[in-house]
Formats: sequence, structure tokens, C-alpha cells
Amino acid sequence: MTARTTRADAPTMDTDPFGPDVLEDPIPFHTALRDAGELVYLSRYDVYGLGRYAHVHAALSDWQSFESGAGVGLSNFRREKPWRPPSLLLEADPPQHDAPRWALEEILSARSLRALEQQWTATAEQLVDEVLARDEPIDAVRDLAAVFPLRVFPDAVGLCADGRENLLPYGDHLFNAFGPHNELVERGLSQIGQVSAWVNSQCARDRLAPDGFGARIWEAADRGDITHEQAPLIVRSLLSAGVDTTVNGLAAILHALATSPSQWQRLRADPGLSRIAFDEAVRLESPVQTFFRTATRDVRVADVTIPEGTKILMFLGAANRDPRHWKDPDRFDLSRNPSGHVGFGMGIHQCAGQHVARLEAAALVTALAQRVRTLELAGAPRRHHNNTLRAWASLPIAITPS
Amino acid sequence: MVEEKTRRADDVVSLRLVDPGGHRLPDWAPGAHIDLLLPGGLTRQYSLCGDRWDPLAYEVAVLRERHGRGGSAYIHDRLQPGDRLDIGGPRNNFHLVPADRYLFIAGGIGITPLIPMIAQASLLRIPWMLLYGGRTRTSMAYLDALSDNGDKVTARPQDEFGLLELDEALAAQPVGTKIYCCGPEPLLQAVQACAADRPVGHLRLERFVPKDQPPPLRTTGFEVQLGADGPVVRVAPGCSVLDALEAAGTNVLSSCRQGTCGTCETGVLAGEPDHRDSLLTDEERARSTSMFVCVSRSCSDRLVLDL
Repeated sequence: MTARTTRADAPTMDTDPFGPDVLEDPIPFHTALRDAGELVYLSRYDVYGLGRYAHVHAALSDWQSFESGAGVGLSNFRREKPWRPPSLLLEADPPQHDAPRWALEEILSARSLRALEQQWTATAEQLVDEVLARDEPIDAVRDLAAVFPLRVFPDAVGLCADGRENLLPYGDHLFNAFGPHNELVERGLSQIGQVSAWVNSQCARDRLAPDGFGARIWEAADRGDITHEQAPLIVRSLLSAGVDTTVNGLAAILHALATSPSQWQRLRADPGLSRIAFDEAVRLESPVQTFFRTATRDVRVADVTIPEGTKILMFLGAANRDPRHWKDPDRFDLSRNPSGHVGFGMGIHQCAGQHVARLEAAALVTALAQRVRTLELAGAPRRHHNNTLRAWASLPIAITPS
Repeated sequence: MVEEKTRRADDVVSLRLVDPGGHRLPDWAPGAHIDLLLPGGLTRQYSLCGDRWDPLAYEVAVLRERHGRGGSAYIHDRLQPGDRLDIGGPRNNFHLVPADRYLFIAGGIGITPLIPMIAQASLLRIPWMLLYGGRTRTSMAYLDALSDNGDKVTARPQDEFGLLELDEALAAQPVGTKIYCCGPEPLLQAVQACAADRPVGHLRLERFVPKDQPPPLRTTGFEVQLGADGPVVRVAPGCSVLDALEAAGTNVLSSCRQGTCGTCETGVLAGEPDHRDSLLTDEERARSTSMFVCVSRSCSDRLVLDL
């Protein structure tokens, strides 16, 4: 994992950032990447990598130089056919990106979500009560993180009850597919046809309940803000990016709380800290670890010219723990202000669902803080490997009621 | 900071504005406007008419308002390259939405939001037409640059042609055309009347309603109180509310620090905020039940925030 200089003029690393060792624990790789230089050549995939906070933040903001339309995974849409029709949001640039983004931003704005707050809080309290009533150790992934988003989000979108079990495998494969065609992608291929067909079919107008996010997207098309052809793909964006990410975001904060007793006590004393706590967990864990961009022209970064059309891998997780920007970055600390982390991205592509994620997390974490006295690890947690997501497969915890 | 001031037509100057530190300015899309905060507590809104691919500069064009309250006169007569001024936004109530074709109708200085729209329609190879009216040919800004577009542009100075023939222009447009109009109120009303039978969302107007009483924008510091009975934090000129709160040990979650992402929205219990974000609608600004503390400030001596 040592860096050396090559003809690429940038420090070079040959580690596979999508290999099982890095996916199991990316921290040592991230440290080496940041220390190797501002811009690092990743020889394994012939791409450049950015790991320092300042550089990741700058590249995410600079859509003029670093485009998304050639795909935000390793695959370069300028040369390769995407595995699914590209996203109108994630995999698009201005000006085409404008209208879909604007429409979705309105629907998912913090103000339009307020109507859901009371109901989501009640659902969270009910879930916590159910879990507390069990006599056995619980798994914070299986019983909380993977349950709560699926109780509130699909209803908010307006999905029908049948087939929701397809949402998690779809997201898992989608986020794997941003990486190289490795074993993780291979494993998803057998069922992805069927899963995708279900997801795509749910985006049609007649499948979506009135008043949900999905119906509102179609109403935006009726107003001419987007086209009717765009509407189903924008609904698909909700189903793609809105489930696995929040499951892993919730798992991240549950793990952080279960392993930081002092911070758990602090949160119990002041449940109003749950918003800060969630963003601090997103900073620390970075549920979305990486996204690619593509140079729109020859771009100079740190005295190196990235040739036009070259992919650049941005390590959000490395940036969020860069000691050049964060004090004591590996600590989960509720007195820290995590503002400015790049866990939701930055710039025009910043997560359109961030307020949904924060509302889900605030509901669940507040309910826990109010109803649970102790929350501790009760066994060895186990990682779930995904090319893009930092995820837990299992997080055994023990909880006692207040 | 004003980098350049350029005469564009009779009584029209354009300003090229940059961040004094050379940083990126907040992103925008065609139809967006910014607030210019001028001395004497005047706030004026101007459409961005430059190139969004240039993240370092904004361009606005300003007509000298003969009967205005002094905002445009200040810009014409006093403002010089090198001068600094505060801005708010950008905000956008005039989004360019997808269409099979566009009809742009400009009256006078109303051409400004349409300039980047035209550039974008051209980029996307979507057919468009511009009907551009003004008092006289020499009063019509950007006419030279627009005339490169051949017969897509119909320039109709009033002293040569009379009022714009809207019926004729609209009749030539199929139902799917989206019509964007910016200009003086009588023009907007005339276009609205002509387009009454068009499908919903197919006519989009930009109307800057001047506020009757511009709020007294402060150049001095102010106070922020944390909750009805909470401690008071002093906000110095040049320091954001967010930074002042953080320095006083109150962490408010934020992200973009440009008034665009919405993360730092904070409830306002009392006082009158000076909104500078890109998110609140005009109606929400008037209600002022919340503010974005990363960019917005205060008109009153003290704001009481729900913290």
C-alpha cells in the first residue's frame, strides 16, 4: 500500500479499492490514499482518486469540470452501454439535470416533509416498543435499520404492498454496479432482471397511491415542469437511492451509539441531539463511500493534468475522516459540528433525499433515546460488502427499557 | 465585487460580479435572479444573464429606472469596478422546463432572464423564437449578440413597429410550445390574455413585484437570542449567524453554506430576518417563520430563534 511516482505524474497506488480487504475495513486504505497525495493514480482501474476533504469537496462542487453524465460508476458511458437507462438525476448534468432535480427537490424539501413527521415519529415509537418487548437479543440491522425505512418510505412514495422485498436487493445491486464487474456484481446478476422489472413497473402512474411522492412527481409532469417520459425515471430514482442508503445510515448511527456509551448517555439526556448525531454518524461511516466523475476537459489538479474523459474516484469516506479538516476524525462525538461533511455529496448532485433520511433518523433515534436505557453491542458485528455502500450485515445489540 | 461595468444600451449597464476571494459563486440555472443589497437599505432583484458554465462570475443588466427610488441610479452613477456589494440568492421562480419548442417574449430589460434560456435552448437544439420589443432600437440590450440567430429573433422597437403583435406570434406556435415572457406589466397581461387557452404550465411569466417598503437592511451587527428565554449571541457584520452561533457553542447542522441545500433551516420566533437564501418563496419570506442561518441575516436589532 505504499505510494510511488510513475509516468502518470501522480503518486500511484495499486491496491484494489473494491477488493474484499478494503471493503471489510477501508480506513487503512483511506489513510494511505490521503497521505500519498492530493491526487492519486489508481493503477488497478486506470483512474484517479481523491481522498482529501478539500479536494473531494472541490471536485464534487465543480460540475463544469467533472461530469456525471458519463456515469458515476467505473463504467464510462461515453464508451460502454449502461446496465439500465441512466438516471435523470444522478447520471445527468446541466442542463438536462435541471428540471428533474428541481421537481424532486420541491417534493422532498424539508418543508413539504413536515406533514410526515408526526406519523413517522409514532411509527418509530411503535417499532421501538415492539423490539423492547422481545426477550431475546436483537439485531439492530434486521430488527431496526432494515425495518424502519421500509415501514415509512414506501408508503410515503405510494408503493403498493406487494413486492416491496425487491427494494433492498435492487439497491444493493445498483450500488455494486457502480464498482468494477467483480464477484459482488456477478452475484446480483441472477435475480436483477426480475427485481428491476418489479421496480420499473412500480414507477407507472397507476401503480402509485395518490398524495405520495410518486404521485406528486406525475403531477409535476402534468404541470409541464418535467415531461411525462421523465416521470417514471424520477420515481425510479426514489426507489433506487432511497432505501439501502437510509438502512445503512441508520445502521451506522446504531453502531456508533452501541459502541460509544458516553455519547449514548449524552443523547439520552438530550434527545434533541439526534439530528446532529445522525449527521455525525453519516460523516464517520459514510454509508455511500465513493462516486466517480469524468473529466469534461483536461483538468489540472495538484500539478497533474487529468486527461479529458478520464474517470476520477472520489472517496467520500476518506474525506469525511481527513485529519487535515476534522479534529480527531475517527471519534464519534456529539459535541462536534459535522456540518459540511460530504456523506450526502456536495453541489448540484447533493442527495435530494437528505431531508427524508434525516427525518427517518430523527424519528427512530429520538424514540430510542426516550425509551431505551442501555444500548450495547451483544456480539460481533458483521460487515456486508458492497462496492459503494459501507454496510452492516448484522449488528447484535442488547437493549433495556427506560 | 464588481469586476466590470459595461454599457449595453441606452440606460442599460451590465455588471460582472465576482467573489472577492476568487471562489465559486452558488450555482444557478436560467431564470434565476439575485438580490443586490445597495447602500441605504435598498434591495433590488436582477436576473442572471451570464454563462452558468463560468462558476466564478455573475452577470446582471440594470436599466436606469426614471421613476425609481434610487437603486438603479446608484448602480448607473456611483457603482464602480472594484466596489463591493452583498448579494442574496440566487433564487429561481422562472425555471426553464423541458419543451418541444419555446417562444420567448421580452419587453425591454425583460430580455435578461431570457438570454441564458436562449443559450440553453440552442445548446439542446430545441427550436425557439424570440419576440423582442423595446422603446427604441438603441434601448434594447444585447440586440447585437442576439441578431446572430437570424430569423429566430424578431426585434420590434416600438417607435418603428408599434406594440408587439402577440396574437400573430402565438397563433404561429403549436400547442406544445412553452411560452416565456418577461417585461413590463402591460406586456405580461397582454400575453396572458392571448395565451389563455394554452394548456396549464405552458405560459410562464417573470414578474418582479417591487416591495412597497424595502426592509431596513443593516450594515451593523445585531443580536440573536436562542429561544424565548435563552442566551443572546452577538452577530458582527461580515460574520454569519451560523458562525456566530457556533462560536458561542451552539451547533446548528448545515451543509452547503450557500443557502441552497436547506439543512440549516431554523425557526424564527421574533424579529425580522433579512432572507438571502435560494429556497424560500416570496410568500414564505413574507411569513418569515424560518430562516437559513448560513446566509440570512437580520433587519431588526434582535432575532429570537427556535434553538
